[in-house]
Amino acid sequence: METLPGNDMIGLEEIHKRFGRVEALAGVSMRIRAGSVHGIVGENGAGKSTLMKILTGFISRTSGTIRFAGREVDLRTPRDADRLGIGMLYQEPLDFPRLSVLDNFMVAAAGHDPGRLRQQLLELSDRFGFSLDPDSAVERLTVGERQQLELLRLIHRRCRVLILDEPTTGISQEQQEILFAALRALRDRGRAIILVSHKLAEVRSLCDRVTVLRQGRVVADQEQPLDEDRLLQAMFGSLPGGQRTVASRETGRPILAMDRVFSGAGRSGLHDVSVSVAENEVVGLAGLDGSGQAVFLRIAGGLLQPDSGSVRLPDRGRADRPAKGRDCRQTVFLPADRLGEGLVPGLSIREHLLLAGDAPFFLAPTTGRTQAEKTIATCNIIGSPSTPADGLSGGNQQRLLLSLIPDRARLILLENPTRGLDVRSASWMWQFLHRRMGDDGAIIFASPDLEEIMARATRIMVFFNGRILLDAPTDRTDLQTVSRAITGRTPEDARLPAA
Amino acid sequence: MDVSPADLLAGVTATAAPLLLASLGETVTEKAGVINLSLDGTILLGAMTGFAVAATSGSLAAGFLAAAAAGTAVAAVLSLIGTWLGQSQVAVGFTLTLLCRDLAYFLGTPHARQPGPQLLASPVPLLSDLPLLGPALFNQSLPVYLSFAAIPATWYFIYRTRPGLILRAVGENPAACWARGIRPRLVQTAATLAGGALVGLAGAGYSLALKPGWGRPQGCEGIGWIALALVIFGGWHPVRVALGAYLFGFLQISTILLQDLFPSLPTQVFQVAPFPIMIFTLILIHAGRNARGRKQRLLLRLFRGRPPAALGRTYRQA
Amino acid sequence: MKAQQSIENQSPGSRLPLLLIPALALTLVCLLLLVLGLSPLTIGRALASGSVGNWLKFSHVLSVWSPLLLCSCGLLFTFRAGLWNIGIEGQVILGAICCTAVLRLPGGLLPPPAVLTLALLAGGAGGGLWGILAGELRNRGGVNEIFGGLGLNFVGQGLVIWLIFGPWKRAGIASMSGTDLLPPHFWLQSPPGWRVAPVALALAVLTLAASILLLDRTRFGLRLRAAGTSPGAARLFGIEPDRISLQAMFLAGLLAGLAGGLQVTAVYHRLIPAISSGYGYLALLVVMLANYRPLAVPLIALFFACLVTGSIQLPISLQIDSSLAGVIQGACVLSALLVYGLRKEKS
Repeated sequence: METLPGNDMIGLEEIHKRFGRVEALAGVSMRIRAGSVHGIVGENGAGKSTLMKILTGFISRTSGTIRFAGREVDLRTPRDADRLGIGMLYQEPLDFPRLSVLDNFMVAAAGHDPGRLRQQLLELSDRFGFSLDPDSAVERLTVGERQQLELLRLIHRRCRVLILDEPTTGISQEQQEILFAALRALRDRGRAIILVSHKLAEVRSLCDRVTVLRQGRVVADQEQPLDEDRLLQAMFGSLPGGQRTVASRETGRPILAMDRVFSGAGRSGLHDVSVSVAENEVVGLAGLDGSGQAVFLRIAGGLLQPDSGSVRLPDRGRADRPAKGRDCRQTVFLPADRLGEGLVPGLSIREHLLLAGDAPFFLAPTTGRTQAEKTIATCNIIGSPSTPADGLSGGNQQRLLLSLIPDRARLILLENPTRGLDVRSASWMWQFLHRRMGDDGAIIFASPDLEEIMARATRIMVFFNGRILLDAPTDRTDLQTVSRAITGRTPEDARLPAA
Repeated sequence: MDVSPADLLAGVTATAAPLLLASLGETVTEKAGVINLSLDGTILLGAMTGFAVAATSGSLAAGFLAAAAAGTAVAAVLSLIGTWLGQSQVAVGFTLTLLCRDLAYFLGTPHARQPGPQLLASPVPLLSDLPLLGPALFNQSLPVYLSFAAIPATWYFIYRTRPGLILRAVGENPAACWARGIRPRLVQTAATLAGGALVGLAGAGYSLALKPGWGRPQGCEGIGWIALALVIFGGWHPVRVALGAYLFGFLQISTILLQDLFPSLPTQVFQVAPFPIMIFTLILIHAGRNARGRKQRLLLRLFRGRPPAALGRTYRQA
Repeated sequence: MKAQQSIENQSPGSRLPLLLIPALALTLVCLLLLVLGLSPLTIGRALASGSVGNWLKFSHVLSVWSPLLLCSCGLLFTFRAGLWNIGIEGQVILGAICCTAVLRLPGGLLPPPAVLTLALLAGGAGGGLWGILAGELRNRGGVNEIFGGLGLNFVGQGLVIWLIFGPWKRAGIASMSGTDLLPPHFWLQSPPGWRVAPVALALAVLTLAASILLLDRTRFGLRLRAAGTSPGAARLFGIEPDRISLQAMFLAGLLAGLAGGLQVTAVYHRLIPAISSGYGYLALLVVMLANYRPLAVPLIALFFACLVTGSIQLPISLQIDSSLAGVIQGACVLSALLVYGLRKEKS
């Protein structure tokens, strides 16, 4: 059964996916043609990953029809997708780091003839201009090489649909060009390629067609030539004007200073970051997930040590050891994974407050109860002092985390602080944070929501592949410049005519 | 007492044989990411079952088969509660250790100190006459030959066959296997059962050959823990695990020989000594390997090995 | 090797009744006995009369209960810290050795009660040291506490054997029966008609109360839980998980060492090769069956102690091996794990 170029390889009709009450996909329909590269773009949380997980059988759709080469199919497990010839290159390489390149190539390959498969691997590698050593351990490869290996494996599996999830994150320019050449070659041989991406430049250079997802819906669909401004608008919504709720204030003494910081942690690491944040600043970190914001926050919070460079904090000079004792806890970090990293499942609200505060050695069941009740009231937490952290909703977990910030905090670091909060809670949270920050504090927060950053921050930093691509006061930049930076283009690029 | 090198070698290979089977079985299990902590009890249960069945039926083969079946049954319980129901493998394994030990003593009471069949050496014609190597390698009982064969066989299976590759892949990253259409929990179950069978066989290796008979104590108590330690400190590599088993065999034999040199020390000390010495040799190697900021010396590099990345973690399918 | 999973079964998913656990265990054991042609009823009666038949027997149960409870209390701390302290067996042994060592010192300087107190303290210290060793092997050497602990168990066992057959051997000939009996003024005495020393019993009960207090009513207990459940989050609260685990290992070792001291001073009145009676391992089962909850621990420890004591007479009265007690205990824990697993799976 061969699908001719131009015919539909995949047809999606009214795909819905609900997680509990949340509707991640609200009726997505699209067609992916054989012999084309189809771009799928959208903000974080637009539903791209959910859609791809459905196509690869990792999760099942709630309703809707999937057609493959004209035939209706049911994708229940990755096995089903694999049989049909749908393969995916995951953002985090889903491979076996400790096994050799050849072993990785052979897992679940047809037949087990190391000699022949080695030959085939080398031939394929040659054909696409890759250079992979079959005997090297995969963990010694760069992310780009691991991708190349996975790509060759999928080609060898005769995949007819190739899905690539943000394939250029963390790989070099040169590797990107090799990858794109390979993808074009595959397209010309009739494969359907789905490229999930944030980066407009690569979408423009590679895709024949682009679909924009926003809040679980298809909001735009374009063929080449692409109208970038309209794409940007579809991705990020209408460009809001003057909704700033924070006034730039006189900045004071520096509170956090990073000098030439490098780190290999996270997906993108951190490359040559030098910044200084001063009292009274509210800094918003923007960028695609995993572009370095998370690493930046953890290094600033003293939870992660940089590979090189210096980090200075107000309370303990150098951030090379965790804060000791409660009095010097002037730097606090609120992670995005609230229950996994920030709170202790099983401990109650009261117990969390006791851990964070100056609790006496002996604790009666009533110790700290009044305090907890007061906190619950002031922070509008829906729960009682004895409610365990894992029994709270996401929004209430965030309120609890916030309530644990000590009065003396000077540097407050937050990762996706308003995730799961409604508008009112978010606005309450910002008031709360400003009170805590006082006159001599600073806030640094990462957020996928640009409007929030533009409205709440006095300064924005845009991360791209582990670098800060844009660093500007929010009142002297606009959403367009920022979205361009997120998609990998510096303000200088923007002035150049589009290639 | 004068001991010829040939006798020494023969003693070491014979002593290490059941231990080898058990630790290679555990290697297979752990390569798939499952820890079977129940070895010490399973070996005893295998020893008892093997002896009881052989004594009742008069067939040594039936004894060995029954022992393997007992080991598989214990592994099946671990698989059910650990792999499929998501309980801590350590908790289940440890409980099974004690349960199997007591079950072995309890069920074995009627056979305690009873005469029973015993596997004798079956010399390989011609080869057994070789000097030095002849008695060591070719004048042994069947389990010893089996243990010789098991080393290259396990190595070949793990590193050179398709199921072996899948086994390693599941132990490294079950989620990636799932994405490739492999069913990780089935693979883990198979590896647990196969490993358990080898451990059961090891038990029969004691009660039907190396330390014939059944009693309390049988004489193989503690061996399971040594086997577990060997797998870890042998870096999950069958050949290095086998080397460790021979080292332990050598320790056991040499402490017997050393008794004559130190008549002032009580015999009992020599029986117990190999266990702490072995574990601490292994721990020191391991600690030296893991200590922060220390350069790896050649000797340490030889023992380098990392656990399968998913070892001991229950894989939860989406 | 890190095999760290959340140790506790915190969130009971579906409401599969917990009564299923004893029912399942009972069924398994009865089936086994019936297959062997034994009467569960007769054996049950024998076990009951051998343990709670009269005060003498029940006081014997209590003499098993005391050290078992001490060990179980110690394990509550290490489990809370997310550690599998399998080295507890060695910690009991070291406690017994250190206790005996103090009692064997040339006497006369201090009155016997003072020496006894010192000896028990030394036992606690010895066990604690063994615990800290395993903890440091884990924190600094990267040796999983299970294997560090096992190694130390073997060392402890070797040490006891060496002492009994070497430096501390009996006048005349060394034997498996242990060292010479201690002089009676170094015994923790039992009143006539009792087989348990009230001091041992009091010590166990006090320890239980103190442990529950420490675990559930202090800042230390709270920090222990935080570090054990979620080391990452604990760091955000300024807690160093490695230090907390070391403290837990010390406490567990201390209590196990005390148990070892009791075995010497209250039960055997000498050092014997099997001085721990396997109570360390048994305590692991107790705490698992209690699902790591302090309040259930004394009851389950008592039940296990009854089984241990009740089974002593089985070989004589019914020609059944006393290891039946272990089979029942194991079946209970296995059933519990199965039921908790099913509850989790159904949720």
